[in-house]
Amino acid sequence: MAAVASMFPMQQRVSAQNDLIPEWMREEVSTGTTIMAVEYDGGVVIGADSRTTTGAYIANRVTDKLTPIHERIFCCRSGSAADTQAIAEVVAYQLGFHSIELDEPPLVETAAHLFKASCYRYREELTAGILVAGWDRRRGGQVYCVPIGGMLVRQPVSVGGSGSTYIYGFMDSNYKPNMTKEQCLELTASALTLAMERDGSSGGVVRLASISESGVERRVILGNQLPKIVSTH
Amino acid sequence: MEGRCLDAQIKGVSTGTTILAATFDGGVVIGSDSRASIGGEYVSSKTINKVIQVHDQIFCCMAGSLADAQAVLKAAKFHLSFHSVQMESQPQVIAAASVLKDLCYKNKDELQAGFITAGWDRKKGPQIYVVSLGGMLISQQVTIGGSGSTYIYGYVDAKYRPDMSREECLQFATNALALAMGRDNVSGGVAHLVVITESGAEHVVVPGNKLPKFNDE
Repeated sequence: MAAVASMFPMQQRVSAQNDLIPEWMREEVSTGTTIMAVEYDGGVVIGADSRTTTGAYIANRVTDKLTPIHERIFCCRSGSAADTQAIAEVVAYQLGFHSIELDEPPLVETAAHLFKASCYRYREELTAGILVAGWDRRRGGQVYCVPIGGMLVRQPVSVGGSGSTYIYGFMDSNYKPNMTKEQCLELTASALTLAMERDGSSGGVVRLASISESGVERRVILGNQLPKIVSTH
Repeated sequence: MEGRCLDAQIKGVSTGTTILAATFDGGVVIGSDSRASIGGEYVSSKTINKVIQVHDQIFCCMAGSLADAQAVLKAAKFHLSFHSVQMESQPQVIAAASVLKDLCYKNKDELQAGFITAGWDRKKGPQIYVVSLGGMLISQQVTIGGSGSTYIYGYVDAKYRPDMSREECLQFATNALALAMGRDNVSGGVAHLVVITESGAEHVVVPGNKLPKFNDE
C-alpha cells in the first residue's frame, strides 16, 4: 500500500479579527443536512432532517427542507440555505409559467432540467445539492438528483447532504426495487434517523412527504418518536 | 469551492481503506479490504493484507500513514513478545493495545497512525480496542475505520447486535466490507477476515466475485 495519507487541512479556528462578533454570526448559513427520496409504484416518498446551522450554532432546528415547486413536484434542499432557496424560487416561477403555457401539469423531468440549468450555469458561485421528486401522469413517480456541479441523473433512490455518506451502506443493503409506499416511508425514516445520529450537521425532526396522483401527504416524526435503532455505543 | 465540498470528507488523515472489527458470542471478527492505491487513481496492489498478527490470538488493522503504522507495529510486536516471555503466559489483548497506545501517544507529534486491535485472552475473552490518532485508547464492541467506513456507519448502527453467532457475525462483517467497497473507490479487492476465538485464529478470504451484491447497477 502506498503512503496514501490523504491530508485534509484541519480547519483552524483562530478568532482573529473581531472577537466582538460571535463566530456563529460570521459563518454562512448552511443546510448541512440529510435528504432522501425514493420512488415507488405510483409515487415518491421524500424526507429530510430539520437542522440549519451557522458554524456550530443551530440557526433553525425545525427547518422545512422539502420545498414545493409545483402541485405534485417537490425539491429537497442541501448545501447553502440562501443558494437553494433562491434557486427553488426561480425554478418555481419558471415552472409555473411553463405550466400555464402548456395548460397542463408540468413533468417532473422538466422541473429537474430547470434545476440543472441554473445549477450548472452558475456552478462556480453556487453550493447546492438538490433532489427533485414528484409525480406526473406520463411517467409516474420519479426522483432526479442534481448534486453540486449541476449534473442531472434519474435514480430510483437517492440520498444527499453531509449526512448521506453515513447511510449509503444502509441504503444499498435495505433498498429493494418494487417496495410499497409504507415500506418506503419506513426506509426513509430509518435512514434519516441513522444519519442524524452520526452527522453533527443533521438533526431535529424527520420531515416526510409522499407524492402521488391523489396529492401530497406530509408528516413529521418528532425527536422522541424516531424509530429505535439498537445502539452500538 | 473545494472547502465547501462534502463535510464528511474532511475527517483528518485516513488511509484509502475499510477496516472493521466486531465481537460475537465467543469470539471476535476483524477484517479489511485489500486495495492499495496511489493518489486514488492507480491501484498499486489488489491483494494486500491489512490484518497483521501481533501474537497468537491478537490481530491488528492499521489506519493512517502506512509507514508509521508498520514501524509502530514492528516495535509493538517486539515489546509484546518480550512481555509475554517475562510474564510466562499469553499476553492480554489490552496489553497489545496499551503498547500501541503508548507508542502513538508518546510520539504523537511525529506519527499519524491509528489501530484497531482485536483478540481473545483467557481473562476477558473476546475484546476490541481502538487506538486513535492522538493516542486515545477505548474499548468497543464494534468499530469501523478508514475512508470507506463513513459509508457504513448507518448499516453498522442498524445491523450489529452483540449476541450474534459466529456465522451471523462473519456475514455481517462481509456485508459491511462489501457495502463500503461498493461506494469507496479507494477500498476494494478481496475481503480479508480473521475469526479469533478460544481455540485459535482462522483466516477467511472472500474473493471479489463472491462478495454479496447489493443492487449493483
